[in-house]
Amino acid sequence: MALLQIAEPGESTAPHQHRLAVGIDLGTTNSLVATVRNSVPVVLTDDKGRALLPSVVRYFADGRTVVGHAAQAAQAQDPRNTIASVKRFMGRGLADVAHVESMPYVFEDAPGMVRLRTAQGAKSPVEVSADILRTLRERAEASLGGPLTGAVITVPAYFDDAQRQATKDAARVAGLEVLRLLNEPTAAAIAYGLDNASEGIYAVYDLGGGTFDISILKLSRGVFEVLATSGDAALGGDDFDHRVYCWLIEASRIGPPGLEDMRTLYMEARRAKEVLSAQDAVHIGLKLSGGEEIDVTLTRDAFADMTKKLVDKTLAPTRKALRDAGLSPEEVKGVVMVGGATRMPHVQRAVGEFFGQEPLTNLDPDKVVAIGAAIQANVLAGNRSADEDWLLLDVIPLSLGLETMGGLVEKIIPRNSTIPTARAQEFTTFKDGQTAMAIHVVQGERERVSDCRSLARFELRGIPPMVAGAARIRVSFQVDADGLLSVSAREMGTGIEARIEVKPSYGLGDDEVTRMLREGFEHAQEDMSARALAEQRVEAQRLGEATRAALAADGDLLDPAERAAIDAVLVDLAKAAAAEDTPAIKKAIDALGRSTDEFAARRMNRSIQRALAGRSVESL
Amino acid sequence: MNLQSNDFELFGLAQQFAQDRSVLDARWKELQREAHPDKFAAQGAAAQRVAMQWSVRINEAYQRLKDPLKRAAYLCELNGVPVNAENNTAMPAEFLMQQMEWREALDEARDARDVDALDALARNLRQARRDAETLLARQLDVDHDKAAAAATVRRMMFIAKLGEDLAEAHETLEN
Repeated sequence: MALLQIAEPGESTAPHQHRLAVGIDLGTTNSLVATVRNSVPVVLTDDKGRALLPSVVRYFADGRTVVGHAAQAAQAQDPRNTIASVKRFMGRGLADVAHVESMPYVFEDAPGMVRLRTAQGAKSPVEVSADILRTLRERAEASLGGPLTGAVITVPAYFDDAQRQATKDAARVAGLEVLRLLNEPTAAAIAYGLDNASEGIYAVYDLGGGTFDISILKLSRGVFEVLATSGDAALGGDDFDHRVYCWLIEASRIGPPGLEDMRTLYMEARRAKEVLSAQDAVHIGLKLSGGEEIDVTLTRDAFADMTKKLVDKTLAPTRKALRDAGLSPEEVKGVVMVGGATRMPHVQRAVGEFFGQEPLTNLDPDKVVAIGAAIQANVLAGNRSADEDWLLLDVIPLSLGLETMGGLVEKIIPRNSTIPTARAQEFTTFKDGQTAMAIHVVQGERERVSDCRSLARFELRGIPPMVAGAARIRVSFQVDADGLLSVSAREMGTGIEARIEVKPSYGLGDDEVTRMLREGFEHAQEDMSARALAEQRVEAQRLGEATRAALAADGDLLDPAERAAIDAVLVDLAKAAAAEDTPAIKKAIDALGRSTDEFAARRMNRSIQRALAGRSVESL
Repeated sequence: MNLQSNDFELFGLAQQFAQDRSVLDARWKELQREAHPDKFAAQGAAAQRVAMQWSVRINEAYQRLKDPLKRAAYLCELNGVPVNAENNTAMPAEFLMQQMEWREALDEARDARDVDALDALARNLRQARRDAETLLARQLDVDHDKAAAAATVRRMMFIAKLGEDLAEAHETLEN
């Protein structure tokens, strides 16, 4: 609701008012929520003092849903209905999911994104993630004592558009206002850079539970500039567990395990991996449900050998990111290690050898992303003070393009372009009298469409019949500051315009999101009490005052008719606020937002123009 | 200043080929500091929309200004001499011979998986780029011969494409 809250760009809008904003690290294995309290970033804990929330959700047949430690403990007992590592399925079709055969879930292949069949019916990964996010939101609200203004949610830098969109939808379903999707390594760099007042080129090596990112950043006074990013959206600590799991089965000469044993073995594999970060060997002894006994010892060296390929797999993207940044390993001043999987000594050794220096591990690799996200959330919510004023310039990880003749990809926006960005390209018809054109949007680096990820297909209709090659169809790509793409197409050749906007979809329709939202609200009944009335009145008054101040300052941007329309809405708002009807006040507030939208945009434009002009004068 | 200002006006720089990269980088960050959507994240959709337009425009200008080839092509265009690469494929025979030699060298090095040969070719291309940039600086800033500069830009585009293919070959060999 509009920019009427704006004072001047860069200035805090209401210094006295601290907005409750959080950073959320929605991880494959664990999730965290953090905030900035009295200028200090803190990770918020649950009522037992635990910071990490296991990213595990259990669905009971009676409609109850349990998230976190209790769900994690039930994994072996109720494997089908207890969903772990759901992040691996976000924005993914069944064909994209690795190791399906060794997962205990019942998958349903839905268009675009898999579903998991549980005692509560088929669950989309978006819904499962939303349940995790809702738990974190409730934790934060209980801890901070009020509703949140907004949240910064982190995503792997190498997430593609479908995965980002799925994450944003999950936040919406969980009732969170997303201030920004922030790349995990960038969040870590913020936490690290501000903590150490660093300058120069840094690499962030982020090996999480299910994803690997490498980002190369340039830190200069007050600016975090991402030069290049690369990674593997399906490589992480889980894969190391999987190697140990396979080894356990081989070494113990047991047949394919049942569901419960499978989960037990996985948990044991994970435990062994974790123990080997501190010890040279680990003993694994357990009895399976069929009576088979497992009694083996795994040494650190044997573990390093069996997972060497996985570690090497992280070095190819690392080389690629450096090459894209035009740098060699020696030019990197520090390597920040992020993600629980970077605790493994052989991972640290490999990274150290590659960069020719000891990696930095002085920040808790589990918490650094959430902390960085909290710091950024605090800034975006408008709580910043002048000395905390910095800028973050991030990039898109994968090239965006269109399908052209012969199944080839024409790149429109190359990878590692600074966002926000927009690019347009003109195409033409190839048949006489052609009145429609299919537009297929893809993401990836490969030449052939079949090797890239399909993001969206739509058709531009209503092209006037012309000879082949005469129509001029301009396709515009726009990537916003969240790294999300929207595409529009328009026929330019004649005066006639046909235009369509698409948000790339991964199979989750808007109606589906609406249904999930409604169900979410049914879980937590909206508070329509006296408090809500008081809050809406305060909001109405605040917006009324801000609008009047804006009219006094920049009323010249409106013609008399526009001015009269806004004045009328202001009168309605004042009337509504004087009465007792909360929804009516909310409606009047929304009406004010709508009727001042254009005014807000013009003010913003003037304000940025002035700021930029001010910069020009300064530099002369 | 408005969204239609040219790149040089937007960045407050002299409209010429010679540019100091460190000044350009600093200007880019200064301008983004004022216009980036993050500065207005809590201020609603209208503010985000306008900030995004400006931020996109600043990034677009920066991309064009920092790349010598794009900057030269842009200067030609601003001066009414568009490069028109599609319709102007005539090149000096000597230049075309050189291109063919380099293409062959690239193919051979790729087939032989010879990283040293790729590196050598990369050095040659870098030198060719540097020479072309020196030439462009004279043509654009001293002689003000836009037509000659446009011809140089067209030649540089060949070299740039070869450079891309070379980078791709490097990548394939590494993986």
